[in-house]
Amino acid sequence: MATSTTDAPLVRPDSTIVNAVKAVALLRESPVGLFGALIVLFFVLLAIFAPLVSPFDPNATILPFAFPGTAAPDGGVFLFGTDHLGRDILSRIIWGGQRVLFYATVATISAYIVGIIMGLAAGYFRGYLDEIISFFANVILSFPIMVLYVLIIAKVGASGLNIIFAVVFASSPGIMRIVRGVTMDIATRDYIAASQTRGEGPWYIMLVEILPNARSPLIVDFCLRMGYTTITIGALGFLGLGLPPPDPDWGGMITETRAFVTGGFPHMAILPACAVSLLVLGFNLLADGLREVSLKD
Amino acid sequence: MPQLIMRRIGMMILIMLTVALLLFLMNEGDPRLIARSVLGPYAQDQQLDAWIVQHGYDRHILVRYVEWIGRVMSGDLGDSIIYKRPVNEIFWDRLGNTGILAGVTFVVMVIVALTLGVLAGMKEGSTQDRVISVFSITTTSIPEYASAVLLAWIFVFTLGWLPGTSSMTSGFNVVELILPVMVLTLYGFGYVARMTRASMAEVMTNPYIRTAMLKGLPYRHIIMKHALRNALIAPFTVIMLQINWLLSGVVVTEFAFGYKGFGALLLEAALRRDIFVIEACGTAAVFVAVFTQTIGDLGYTYLNPRIRFK
Amino acid sequence: MADPNGKGNGSGEPPVLEISGLRLSYYTRAGEVPAVMDFDLTIAKGESVGLVGESGCGKSTVANGIMRYMGKNGGIVGGTIKFQGRDMAELSEEEIRRVRGKDIAMIYQEPMAALNPSLTIAAQLMEVPMIHEGVSEEEAFQRSFDMLAAVNIPDPKRLMDSYPHQVSGGQQQRVVIAMALLSKPALLLLDEPTTALDVTVEAGIVELIAELSKESGASLLYISHNLGLMLEVCDRICVMYSGEVVEEGHIDSIFSWPKHPYTHGLFGCIPLPHADKNARPLAAIKGQLPLPHQRPKGCYFGPRCESFQAGRCDADHIPMEDVHTDDDPAHRVRCLRWNEIDHDAVVSNETTREPIEVGDTVLEVDNMRKYYDVKESTLATLISREAVRQVKANESISFDAGEGETVAIVGESGCGKSTFAKVLMGLETATDGEVRLDGTDLGSIEVKKRTPEQLASLQMVFQNPNDTLNPSHSVGYQIGRVIKRFGIESDPAKIQDRVHKLLDTVKLPRAFAARKPRQLSGGQKQRVGIARAFAGNPKTVIADEPISALDVSVAAAVTELLMDIQREHRTTLLFISHDLSAVRYLSDRVVVMYLGQIMERGTTEEVFAPPYHPYTEALLSAVPIADPEVEKRRIVLEGNLPSPLDPPKGCPFSTRCQRKVGSICDDEPPPVRLDTEGHSIACHIPLEELREVEPVITIPDRDLEATT
Repeated sequence: MATSTTDAPLVRPDSTIVNAVKAVALLRESPVGLFGALIVLFFVLLAIFAPLVSPFDPNATILPFAFPGTAAPDGGVFLFGTDHLGRDILSRIIWGGQRVLFYATVATISAYIVGIIMGLAAGYFRGYLDEIISFFANVILSFPIMVLYVLIIAKVGASGLNIIFAVVFASSPGIMRIVRGVTMDIATRDYIAASQTRGEGPWYIMLVEILPNARSPLIVDFCLRMGYTTITIGALGFLGLGLPPPDPDWGGMITETRAFVTGGFPHMAILPACAVSLLVLGFNLLADGLREVSLKD
Repeated sequence: MPQLIMRRIGMMILIMLTVALLLFLMNEGDPRLIARSVLGPYAQDQQLDAWIVQHGYDRHILVRYVEWIGRVMSGDLGDSIIYKRPVNEIFWDRLGNTGILAGVTFVVMVIVALTLGVLAGMKEGSTQDRVISVFSITTTSIPEYASAVLLAWIFVFTLGWLPGTSSMTSGFNVVELILPVMVLTLYGFGYVARMTRASMAEVMTNPYIRTAMLKGLPYRHIIMKHALRNALIAPFTVIMLQINWLLSGVVVTEFAFGYKGFGALLLEAALRRDIFVIEACGTAAVFVAVFTQTIGDLGYTYLNPRIRFK
Repeated sequence: MADPNGKGNGSGEPPVLEISGLRLSYYTRAGEVPAVMDFDLTIAKGESVGLVGESGCGKSTVANGIMRYMGKNGGIVGGTIKFQGRDMAELSEEEIRRVRGKDIAMIYQEPMAALNPSLTIAAQLMEVPMIHEGVSEEEAFQRSFDMLAAVNIPDPKRLMDSYPHQVSGGQQQRVVIAMALLSKPALLLLDEPTTALDVTVEAGIVELIAELSKESGASLLYISHNLGLMLEVCDRICVMYSGEVVEEGHIDSIFSWPKHPYTHGLFGCIPLPHADKNARPLAAIKGQLPLPHQRPKGCYFGPRCESFQAGRCDADHIPMEDVHTDDDPAHRVRCLRWNEIDHDAVVSNETTREPIEVGDTVLEVDNMRKYYDVKESTLATLISREAVRQVKANESISFDAGEGETVAIVGESGCGKSTFAKVLMGLETATDGEVRLDGTDLGSIEVKKRTPEQLASLQMVFQNPNDTLNPSHSVGYQIGRVIKRFGIESDPAKIQDRVHKLLDTVKLPRAFAARKPRQLSGGQKQRVGIARAFAGNPKTVIADEPISALDVSVAAAVTELLMDIQREHRTTLLFISHDLSAVRYLSDRVVVMYLGQIMERGTTEEVFAPPYHPYTEALLSAVPIADPEVEKRRIVLEGNLPSPLDPPKGCPFSTRCQRKVGSICDDEPPPVRLDTEGHSIACHIPLEELREVEPVITIPDRDLEATT
């Protein structure tokens, strides 16, 4: 690859991380976006410090069917109550959040790497390569996404790695389409012609000249997709195709306890349902705020 | 125009064939697995081999693929391994049930989404816009499996107004349809509403709206005649794409409420490796999705005079 | 403050529009930003008033203010607008709506965007009388039909049923004009109505506007950045700078005796026919337009003014003053020193330059052709496999250019000048023929296969300042990258040093190296573009419309800069442009193109004097010249540029030619006739006849004397 990494400080392109930080700093313009960012940050911190903040062992069966606020037998309080097997719901939500955030992040980033490379190549080289890539993207995108997940997971089995694989397979075509569109637009700009006429190679042009200018739609889409992947991982857990038990998983928690909602113990399923909705809301508001800010500039 | 339609339909057939090939490879790529599924876990190797030869599974996969396509086209979907009956006998009922659920949801969702979207986009940045936007972004953040338990808690447990399952055991019952439709609509309408809003807001900033304003046309006339016509072109495609998403939601919602639709059938088949049912459901789902998407694309070109009269 | 009696054209009727003390503001995150201040204007019945100024001076805001259409974040802060004696501020929303489109109509810059893409032209026209006058559908149709005929649309019937995208830009603008005139407005606001059009199409529209306003008796407020156009349309003009009128008066008076240093400066920036790059170079105005919230105290033009006097010009806000001349009692100026300044004495750019000696031939273009394949995808062609049609973007292009020479390639949109640039740069390869740079044929070598030396020796300055630089990288990175790629320097410190030197060359502060393009103005971006093109010491530079997107005062500075660097490096400059004024000013030789073919080529003197190719002749006539003493023969071309997909069979210009001989023009390609060694014309008309043609432009003696 023809990218350069040895430039003098003066002539180095700004790092994307710096720009991302700047973008978040801009969020003070959008209160809604800032609120979203705070929600996401809250869950990220919970996930990082799960061992410290989680009051109980998430898999320990202590006291079944406890309502929120019940005192635990050997000290402490079940703030969110316990489930039918006597496990502390708050602790399970915290650890479940860590798991979902980890898998969603890894899966989405992997999908992005695949989608960006495909999209840049299709949009920049055009021609047959584009037609082939776009055709297969269309094929994958024509599956109703949950049907695709059910088919894949049923085939390869439920495991963390397979979930990542399924997310990459299912969502990289969408990312590819966005990148392809932006690439085709940017490729017509004069500064691309200028870089071609100084003899730059195609991968330099794609990665250094085009990709940085595609960042605002991609950052927005990344946040949305994080939210959507969170939903998906939960849905797979809900359908019994998710991360293997007994480790907590929000979707799994809902499906295990939803029978008790109408039986007088609604908190067991409702609290994890609220957790997943809140995290997704955070991602969606963040994406919305970032979009608003990027349009203002 | 005519060649555009032909090309689009050609593309649709090509995608369908590719999807079918993928499904076929996934399910019938390894003949031993099929034999194992049909004959059960205790079958001997010789029995498996005999079954494979007997049913022609020793032939090349592409030959079998073409044969399978032929069978499907003539209406033969094979036999269900679990139910020990032809797939046809189970499948169409289930598809019909899903059709009712998805159809009702679609109508409700489109009405809600377009109304709210246009109202919000008409006056970008107004309170009306902000309220609608925050509401739709919030409902879009609540996945079906979460809203299913939340709504069940409110309407079934607390208020006692609605039944908690929709298995329709004592015949078709409209009341049992309410919760699933609510769940699907709540999660799905936001996207269309936001797209409509964006499209409407974009149209309102166009110079031709300024032209219409400065021609002294009444505001109502501008919205109805100049803005909506352009603003609804883009959402049309989104609405048609939404059917694809609706089918996704159907899988989760049917499972959540025990509704006997094709989504629940697919899930059950996938978990128990009922090969021919998986193939039938997968093909049907993709067919509906690709078909509506093609309609969406063609409709877009038809609605847009810039493409229609090129 | 207003002096309604002193202005107007002397008829006894009350003025149509009377604005006094108008203040318009926009509200942004930074607070209130005044866009227009202390604005007075009176327009009498049937009068045409021009509002001229560079971008950001507030001229369009005035039009929006009159219409009371300021958007969400704008508003009228003070002053009054009286229309036909009624105070607009007192009208209700509903009453305003009735005035809009009926009594005051507006014509816009981008006709394509101004028309609704999904309604037929008939629907958009008919609703005007139907809503304002409640006429029946039949009558509305008939009126619209008649009005389309009145704006010289050849086939109104077909056009009525068309959608906007189906008709050409010129016709779209005629439709917009028809729409504005349908309800016989008393006042017509025109906001840069021809800026988006080709010159030859523009000429037709300008003529139409002038005619119609005379016929209908409507008053005009004509907004434009182009002083030359003002001369053709307006009786009176107001010159605006940074939100204020700085000078107003009758057109002759302003053009002959501009009093304000800014107005005077503007004329110095325009390449008028008597300007000369060596003997009388353009005098650019220093500095740039202040941002609305950074306006200086006192005179807003102060920091850029050659006659600035500290303590006086930067003390208080400057009021308008009457200039009591006998010819024009309405001449007013916003300058404290207007009667002290001797404009002849403060010519800032007295420098004359030695003409460049043209050296050996550097670039030879020999019979170059570029055909594109256009895929057709009908079912029939799919079966017959003949799915390819050819577009002849460039046909038999031949010319050469010497060291240090400036060759201009002139033509309107679709003439193939940009394709030509692409072939030269290797972004496309020639279909046939050769493009030799220092003897090597580059026409067939695509950019990927060129050596770094070949790449460095041929560089380009691009048209659009907002597109020329990558918004993600700093200026320093973008220039430095070129230096590194071309192997001029590899040591980071030396690269940085060279970046700084290049910034010096293009007269930008060195600190700009760390800036991102969005922190630069359009002119500054173009300067960086020039620095980048010259970073590798190129032998030849192609400048593709480098100044067409810039304001007059900025364009002058960039033009001068480009020529200074060219002179210093003895670079061959290929100047691609549609602007004949700029071409006449800076080029040594000219190539005139139409639909991919060369119509005429020769030295600048030869091309700008008879014998002309009829297209050159029409083009010369179409270009507005901001000098009332220059006399121009008026030639307005019929019709539109043909599509390059479907060019005429014989002479490409035959469909619009004002001197068409007969069917030979339609059927046979014209012969190339040699007037002198370097001057050739491709036309069926014999040279003897073309020599008889009178010059299009007559420059008065006064200027000739001044030059000699």
